[in-house]
Amino acid sequence: MGDFGNAVGLALAPMLRGDPDLYAIVRLSLWVSLSAVAIALLAGLPAGAALAVYRFPARRAVVILANSMLGLPPVVVGLAGYLLLSRSGPLGRFGLLYTPGAMVAVQTVLTLPIVVALVHRAAQEQWARHGDALQVAGATRLKILPHLLLIARRPVLTALLAALGRAISEVGTIIIVGGNIAGVTRTMTTTIVLETSKGNLPLAQALGFMLITLSVALSGVAFAIADRKDSRWLDFCSPS
Amino acid sequence: MARFLLAVMIVFAAGLFLVPRLARADDKYIVLASTTSVDNSGLLKHLLPIFKQASGIDVRVVALGTGQALDVARRGDADLVLVHDPDAEAKFIGEGHGINRRELAWNDFVIVGPSADPAKLKGNRDVLAAFHAIWNAQAPFVSRGDKSGTDALEKRLWKAAGLDVTKVGPWCKDIGGGMGAALNAAAGMDAYTLTDRGTWLSFQNRRDLTIVLQGDPRLINRYDVIELNPKLHPQAKLGLAKQFADWLVSPAGQHAIGDYEMAGQKLFHPEADAKP
Repeated sequence: MGDFGNAVGLALAPMLRGDPDLYAIVRLSLWVSLSAVAIALLAGLPAGAALAVYRFPARRAVVILANSMLGLPPVVVGLAGYLLLSRSGPLGRFGLLYTPGAMVAVQTVLTLPIVVALVHRAAQEQWARHGDALQVAGATRLKILPHLLLIARRPVLTALLAALGRAISEVGTIIIVGGNIAGVTRTMTTTIVLETSKGNLPLAQALGFMLITLSVALSGVAFAIADRKDSRWLDFCSPS
Repeated sequence: MARFLLAVMIVFAAGLFLVPRLARADDKYIVLASTTSVDNSGLLKHLLPIFKQASGIDVRVVALGTGQALDVARRGDADLVLVHDPDAEAKFIGEGHGINRRELAWNDFVIVGPSADPAKLKGNRDVLAAFHAIWNAQAPFVSRGDKSGTDALEKRLWKAAGLDVTKVGPWCKDIGGGMGAALNAAAGMDAYTLTDRGTWLSFQNRRDLTIVLQGDPRLINRYDVIELNPKLHPQAKLGLAKQFADWLVSPAGQHAIGDYEMAGQKLFHPEADAKP
C-alpha cells in the first residue's frame, strides 16, 4: 500500500506543479491515439455499416478478415510499419519514421479492424430488425447507413472506446516506429517502458496510474455525452 | 444523427486543440542512433541542451542496443551513430556505411551481483577468472542476448576464458533485453550481470545488487561516434551530423562530457583521460 500511495503522490505532484515535460507527454499520447481513432472511425463507421447492408462477393471474406485482425499483435504491426516507413522501405521517401505521424499511421492500422468488426456486428443486428421497415419507408441503402449507426449508437460508442483504449494503452507499435525520442515521440506508455528500464519504478508506476486515470476519464466523458443526448435523439431521430 | 456526430466531434475537437508543437517547421535536427547507456545514464540529456545552445541544432535520440543502432543506420534511418562495440563498428565501416570513427568518451564495465556473492568474485580483478568462477559455481547470471555492445563484450569474454557460451546451463538467463531490463532481472533473481558503469550508477532499482568486480583493463568501454558515408547515405543530414560529431570531440564537448556527474561520481571520461 505504501508503494501505491507513493505512486499516487508522485503522479499528482508534477500534475499539480504543471510540469511542462509531463504535459507534453500526456498531450502527445492523447493526440496520437485520438488522431488514429478519428481516422479509424472516419473509415470504419461507414465501412462497418456498409458491410451489414450491402451484399457483394467478398463481403464475408472482409468480415472474417476484420474479425481476425482484432487481435493483431502490435509488435508485428510495428515491425511491418518500420520496414515500410524506413528510408530503404517503399514509403521511405516521406521521411515519416521516428515522427508522430508514423505513430498515428500504425495505430490506425491497429484500431481500424476493431471499429469495422464491432460496428458491423451492431449494424447487422439492427439491419435484421429494422431493415425491412427502413426500406419500405423508401430510403435507399446509402441513406440507411447513418440511420443504422444511429440506432446502434451504444455499441458504436463501445467500439470507439475499445479502439481508443487499445490505442492509448499500446506501446509495441509506437516504440518501434516512433523511436521514443524525448520531446518528439515519447508518449506515456513509452515513458513507462523507459523509466522501468532505468529502474525508476516509482515514476513508472506514477505514469501508469495517470494513464489509467486518463482512460477512465475518457470513457466517462464519452458516456456522459451519449447519456445526456440520448432521450432527445430518441424523440427526434426515431427511424420507424 | 447530426447530434451523434456532433458528440463524436466534440470528443475529437478536444483532442485537436491538444495538438502539440508538431507543426513547428524545425528542419534543423538530426536523428542520432545511440547506444542506450549514454542516453539512459542522462549523459545526452546533459549534452544536448549545451550543443543546441551553441549550434541551434536539435538532436533526436533513438536509443537502441549497438547492434540495432548500427542496423537502423544501415537502413538509412539515422544521420549519425554513437555506439560502443569495436568489432561491430569495424564491420559497419568495412561495409562502407560509416566513415570517420572518433572516440568521444570511455568508462568501464563492471560485474554486479548479489551482496552474498555465491561465486566469490569480490576482491578479484581478473574478469576471466571471474567468468570461470561463475561457470563453476553455476551461479545465476543474466545475459543481455540482444547483440548490443555489452552483449558482444560478454560473448568475447566467455570465449577468451575458454568457455563455450553455447553450452551454458540454465543458470545463465538470456533475457534478450536492454541493460536496464537486465539489471532489473538480475536484481529480481539475485543474479550476476555485466554492465557499463554509466547505466549502473544511474540505475535505481538495485535491491541487493552491488559491484563485485571492477578494474580489469579488459573491461574498458569506449564510445565512438561514426559519421555516415555520403556514397551510401546521400539522404542523411550529413552536414548537421558532422557538426555534432565535431562538437563532441571538440574541447567544449569533451569538457561537457567530463563535467557530467551523478551523486558526485563521474560517469564518463573524456577521450583524453588516461585509461587504467
